Amino acid sequence: MIEVREVSRNFGGFQALNNVSLNVEQGELVALLGPSGSGKTTLLRIIAGLDFADTGSIHFDGKDATAVAAGDRQVGFVFQHFALFRHMTVFDNVAFGLKVRKRSARPSKAEIAERVNHLLRMVQLESLGKRYPAQLSGGQRQRVALARALATEPRVLLLDEPFGALDAQVRKELRRWLRRLHDELGITGVFVTHDQEEALEVADRVVVMNKGGIEQVGTPSEIYDNPATPFVYNFLGHVNAVPATVSGGVAHLGGLRMGFAEGEAPEGVGAGTAFVRPHDVEILRDGDGILVTMRHAVVLGPSVRVEMELENGQAIEAELTRHRFTELGLERGERVLAAPRRAQLFLDDGRQYTVSCLTRPVAPRIVPSAEGGIRQRRP
Amino acid sequence: MATAATLPTTSAVPRQISRKARRAAWTRRILIGLAFLLTALFLLVPVAVIFQQAFARGVPTFWANITHPETLHAIWLTVLVALIVVPINAFFGLCAAWAIAKFQFRGKKLLIALIELPFSISPIVAGVAYLMVYGSRGIFGPWLEEHGLQVMFALPGIVLVTLFVTCPFIARQVLVLMQSQGVDEEEASLSLGAGGFKTFLYVTLPNLKWALIYGVILCNARAMGEYGAVSVVSGQIRGQTNTLPLQVDLLYHDYNAAGAFAAASVLAVLALITLAVKTIVEIRSRTE
Repeated sequence: MIEVREVSRNFGGFQALNNVSLNVEQGELVALLGPSGSGKTTLLRIIAGLDFADTGSIHFDGKDATAVAAGDRQVGFVFQHFALFRHMTVFDNVAFGLKVRKRSARPSKAEIAERVNHLLRMVQLESLGKRYPAQLSGGQRQRVALARALATEPRVLLLDEPFGALDAQVRKELRRWLRRLHDELGITGVFVTHDQEEALEVADRVVVMNKGGIEQVGTPSEIYDNPATPFVYNFLGHVNAVPATVSGGVAHLGGLRMGFAEGEAPEGVGAGTAFVRPHDVEILRDGDGILVTMRHAVVLGPSVRVEMELENGQAIEAELTRHRFTELGLERGERVLAAPRRAQLFLDDGRQYTVSCLTRPVAPRIVPSAEGGIRQRRP
Repeated sequence: MATAATLPTTSAVPRQISRKARRAAWTRRILIGLAFLLTALFLLVPVAVIFQQAFARGVPTFWANITHPETLHAIWLTVLVALIVVPINAFFGLCAAWAIAKFQFRGKKLLIALIELPFSISPIVAGVAYLMVYGSRGIFGPWLEEHGLQVMFALPGIVLVTLFVTCPFIARQVLVLMQSQGVDEEEASLSLGAGGFKTFLYVTLPNLKWALIYGVILCNARAMGEYGAVSVVSGQIRGQTNTLPLQVDLLYHDYNAAGAFAAASVLAVLALITLAVKTIVEIRSRTE
């Protein structure tokens, strides 16, 4: 188990990490998700011992490891750009961690060879042991980097943007493969990513980071369905931000009234922002809704993304099924009504509510499509 | 031409192109020819003259000139200075490049500028400056004399100025490569359990191998050929503090042209060997 306690790190005036605490349980795969500069890589490097915290401590299995050198932490680190030793063959790269051990702890040559070959089989690179890194494709290099990190049998595997330097197709394959590998080996893993889809698909738990702090920690579905802050809402995929006011126990989004859950309605008046997922927006010709102007439609496989404009010129997006889109027959420049079925309301004073449409929309509910397509895995 | 007559519209274009191409080919030939001619005139002919003059009075005279005790001593001194200077500069260059490439610190730009300073200072100025510092009337001169340490007009002085003049060669070569390679591989090595020394030995050094060798070759060539700075601090004592370039100069001013050219031919041979090794290193480092 990894325990990060109140860690801060400052780089010449830039606060990379600000009092961050985090627990990673044995055998779990955790994603550190955030935009660049959010401190996620710094946190990973501090866990690995490649960087050190100004204040705070790191504990492995309850033991303080804050001052332990990287090589003694028993972590496997996979670098964003692989960092393979360019003058060594694939075999020697994987064997490196075993070969540099002290004589007393070093396995025999035959044992090293056996272990390396086993790892190369596991990453499906058996036949490429004699090649040099420069002779491999990006995906192959990534797998060598993984095998090298696993060779020393680390108790924790740390991966920095493991798929960042690969093209889209290889990326998808490799991340499924990583998930399978993790399930087979049962090793504790932490990986850094700025790709929300990657984090939601691969990780058991997601840690959303922003400006050197943790915004939210939760399972992929918790993070996606109940974002704790406006930042998390914004960062996890497309979202519309609509200005809203509250009065008389009802939220007003433009001309649309939305209700609170039983007994949750705030007293008095307030103002804030309502976040609406595009697949929660229905488009109507009459009824209750926010007045918008139709701008543009993009067909994305089975769904259609409709871009519209609010009265104040702000953009708002809806995602419809193709069937519904054809049925509506929207024209460019046409004035229609946008009706969010549900929204997350963040008031300026920090309070947060889930609000839903008071009047039933005329059209049938639309099944969430690719945008919300998060895979539910292991309970 | 028959086709040109029957198809005037299509043939006009190729003919124009071919005329342009022919003109381009001629331009190329003239430029290449000019380059060869100038190289021969300014580089090849002087080098050839050195050997021609050295052997002008026959091989026995040449051999007698080479084996003259003063010239032999000059050769030995030149090699000795290079043997001392090159390893020191290699060590210093590695340390400086390592510090600059792998760490962030205040005054880094200043350190780089200082390392490159010898490139922009005339060697003779460097020589005079060392004289002002270590000479008998210099800053440390009296103290050194008191303790019986002879720096100026002796081997230590020659070594010091040669170190100064050649110090950027290895550091520059290694630094440029280190900066482009970053620290990823070193960090990977550390996290795999290798200590600092093993990381240097197994990861850093092999990656720098060719840049280091290349820097050593350049440094060596310069150390052996240095004249200006050495001439100021050596005192030019025959058979004692004369390096090969100084010996050539001395013999020439003694109207001993054959002796001067014989000594110069030794330097030229050293230069040619350096050139050959440098070419081999360049080819090998490119294929690796």
